[in-house]
Amino acid sequence: MHTFTFVLILLMLMVASFFFGRRRAVTVSKGDVRSLNSLPGYYGYYTALWCGIPALLIFTFWQFSESAVITNLVIAGLPEEVTLLSKQQLNLVINEIRNLVSDNIVASTISPEIAAAAERYREMQAISKMALFAVMMALGVGGATYALSRIHQQHKARNKVENTILIFLIACSTIAIFTTLGIVLSVLFEAILFFQAVPVTDFLFGLEWSPQTAIRPGQVGASGAFGAVPLFTGTMLVSAIAMVVAVPIGLMSAIYLAEYASPGMRALSKPMLEVLAGIPTVVYGFFAALTVAPFFRGWGESLGLAISSESALAAGVVMGIMIIPFVSSLSDDVIYAVPQSLRDGAYSLGATQSETIRKVVIPAALPGIVAGILLAVSRAIGETMIVVMAAGLAANLTANPLESVTTVTVQIVTLLVGDQEFDSPKTLAAFALGLVLFVVTLVLNVIALYVVRKYREQYE
Amino acid sequence: MNELVPPKPKTIDLVNASLAKRRASERLFRGIGLISIMMALMFLFMLFYSIVSKGYTAFRQTHIQLEVNFDQQLLDPAATRHHDVLSSADYSSLVKASLSKLFPDVTSRNEKRQLHGLVSAGAAYQLRDMVMADPALLGQTLQLWVPADDDVDMLIKGHIDRDGPETERRLRDVQIAWLDQLAAQEKLSLKFNMLFFANGDSREPELAGIWGALMGSIYTLLVTLLLSFPMGVATAVYLEEFAPKSKWVDLIEVNINNLAAVPSIIFGLLGLAVFINFMSFPRSAPLVGGLVLAFMTLPTIIIASRGALKSVPPSIREAALGVGASKMQTVYFHVLPLATPGMLTGTIIGMARALGETAPLLMIGMVAFIVDIPSDIFDPATALPVQIYLWADSPERAFVERTSAAIIVLLGFLFVMNALAIILRKKFERRW
Repeated sequence: MHTFTFVLILLMLMVASFFFGRRRAVTVSKGDVRSLNSLPGYYGYYTALWCGIPALLIFTFWQFSESAVITNLVIAGLPEEVTLLSKQQLNLVINEIRNLVSDNIVASTISPEIAAAAERYREMQAISKMALFAVMMALGVGGATYALSRIHQQHKARNKVENTILIFLIACSTIAIFTTLGIVLSVLFEAILFFQAVPVTDFLFGLEWSPQTAIRPGQVGASGAFGAVPLFTGTMLVSAIAMVVAVPIGLMSAIYLAEYASPGMRALSKPMLEVLAGIPTVVYGFFAALTVAPFFRGWGESLGLAISSESALAAGVVMGIMIIPFVSSLSDDVIYAVPQSLRDGAYSLGATQSETIRKVVIPAALPGIVAGILLAVSRAIGETMIVVMAAGLAANLTANPLESVTTVTVQIVTLLVGDQEFDSPKTLAAFALGLVLFVVTLVLNVIALYVVRKYREQYE
Repeated sequence: MNELVPPKPKTIDLVNASLAKRRASERLFRGIGLISIMMALMFLFMLFYSIVSKGYTAFRQTHIQLEVNFDQQLLDPAATRHHDVLSSADYSSLVKASLSKLFPDVTSRNEKRQLHGLVSAGAAYQLRDMVMADPALLGQTLQLWVPADDDVDMLIKGHIDRDGPETERRLRDVQIAWLDQLAAQEKLSLKFNMLFFANGDSREPELAGIWGALMGSIYTLLVTLLLSFPMGVATAVYLEEFAPKSKWVDLIEVNINNLAAVPSIIFGLLGLAVFINFMSFPRSAPLVGGLVLAFMTLPTIIIASRGALKSVPPSIREAALGVGASKMQTVYFHVLPLATPGMLTGTIIGMARALGETAPLLMIGMVAFIVDIPSDIFDPATALPVQIYLWADSPERAFVERTSAAIIVLLGFLFVMNALAIILRKKFERRW
């Protein structure tokens, strides 16, 4: 029986206790439901909650602690020469036992002690499962009985049920904070470990990036260099190309749509631009690597330019295409929000429509547009799939868009994909890069959101 | 002194003189705007054209017709019809035998190997599955269509230049001659590519399919939906309907807005560090992928749900409170039902984004080469966009069309989800 069936049984128990609770309330009211403090259904919910919540809490706690408790018990039962082993060797033994328990293929021959330990492990698992079931059912039935015994005419069941729900709502709303906290802590923790091996200044100002560390001590040419400057310049180069494509096209599209386009054209083009925003980035990456990059290379050849097949240009242009709708929809919103009275004032002075837009509407909307562009930059910096598929892996320190560069996100992916151990600087470097990425995008976002909020207040 | 003072120019003359120039600049500005939109739309068109033109051929696959004799002597000499005997029998020699029957004059070892290379390794699996499903086939002879090798497929679809030098081609001249012979006998044909929709990943392009990745995506999205929808709605309800104005609530709001703009790869790092490294959840599992994507889509759902709750007019709440409903009852029985369509729209759009997301899944190891179809949320799996990424990296020419075809399928799903969201919005949109 899978442990999740326990939850299913508990749910059924909860449904049953709902009906018991409601019937009890009706009985207590002696047929006159109006004499009750709350509607009878609330007494049902009250009973069901008492039945379910304690048992579910125990269930969750049990799931998290079961394996650790059993492992400790099994280790305690092992012969002394095993328990006195070093921590790593002990871990190997435990892994072997666990593999045996879950019927995985075990490489070496099994010593009788290990086999016995595995047998004990299995027994304890079975016992633990039965105990969990017994405890859950006891708590469920006990909770429901307790709740039933509390039901009387003046019992405020509704308030109690509603308070429980409110606590649940509050708990859910704190998830956002815990997510941010989780991101910061997980990235920071690993990054600090990394900075213990590699000094912060070497990382932030070093000019050479080659994260291959030696597998054997004394190996030649594999000392590992973690100077992230080439990654930062590569990221900036690709993002700059993207912005050169996205900002003019996005901004001019937004102006045209907001000021010139007929309602019919607006209704048609706006959703089509949004389609660009809805296309997954992996599709853009494929497009960049297989269509745009060869196109640029062929084009360069015919002009006598050597364009790398993983050029920053191809990745940047495609990223720009991806960001166009982002810039245009944000600018469109702020341009739309500029009050009509400003435009009317300019027209009455004899300005043409384009003069009105350039001299009045754009300056009025500028803070919002700048904020939109900042958000777009943060998007470009954090974009991963396009650069992973279309930009290179070699860390070149160059400003030439025709050469191949690598970016922060590309390196995070290359360092972390595949098997990894958590104690080598190579893996930890990825978290340090992640920390930089998080901080930079966070700063950009905070500034942008602040500007937008300020701007909104101006015209409200 | 009668010096001629030039008459002071009138304003209207100045205006008239500059008018032509101003009109020209007006036209230019307007033209640039139009060109910008056209360029953006052209990029969209180019993107779709390049994907569809590369990918549509993958939905049909070259098959070769063979006359297969299910030789009892070879497959099950003792006539046991036992499961193990049938499943481990040598089906590839059946394929080889029927190929030799088609071309009896091929005798040298080398040529034989080239001949057998025309048919996919999947042909033997197909025969095995047929016999396993119906052991009565033993001893019979059937005309069957079996999948051809990917090089043959590429040749038929015109991606291999048959006139180029032989050494630069993946198919030898003699193989092409055999294929022409088969084509002349109408034993070579493009058929609907069922394997593409039924198989998991494979190193052989002609056998690689998206079903495994699709199931992985479905399990992942299921976890995401089950977590992010209730939590997102609960958060939105609390912030919109119950939360007092306080520093704490401000902090929550700032956090939500920031999370919406955090790069997705950072969520991958979170998943790797917390779920896999710290809590030792299984690697590559849809469970972890779903958790990570749930955190990522939560802000989208919260923001959309808050918008939906905001658009319910206060009069509804006041009326409910006025007849004695509690705050919770008001929200549950009156506000939520009215806000549900808007919340669902936001959720579908969030799910569509999650479906297309790749980077965080790479971080938590859903990028392995996985042939088996996942059967629950703990099985190792990939997702559809990750499969696209993996295939895009493969060198074989045949994977290019498969990648594009997988993209077409993915875009199809996204299209359906977004259309659903739009229909929902149109249908239930209310102006108060």
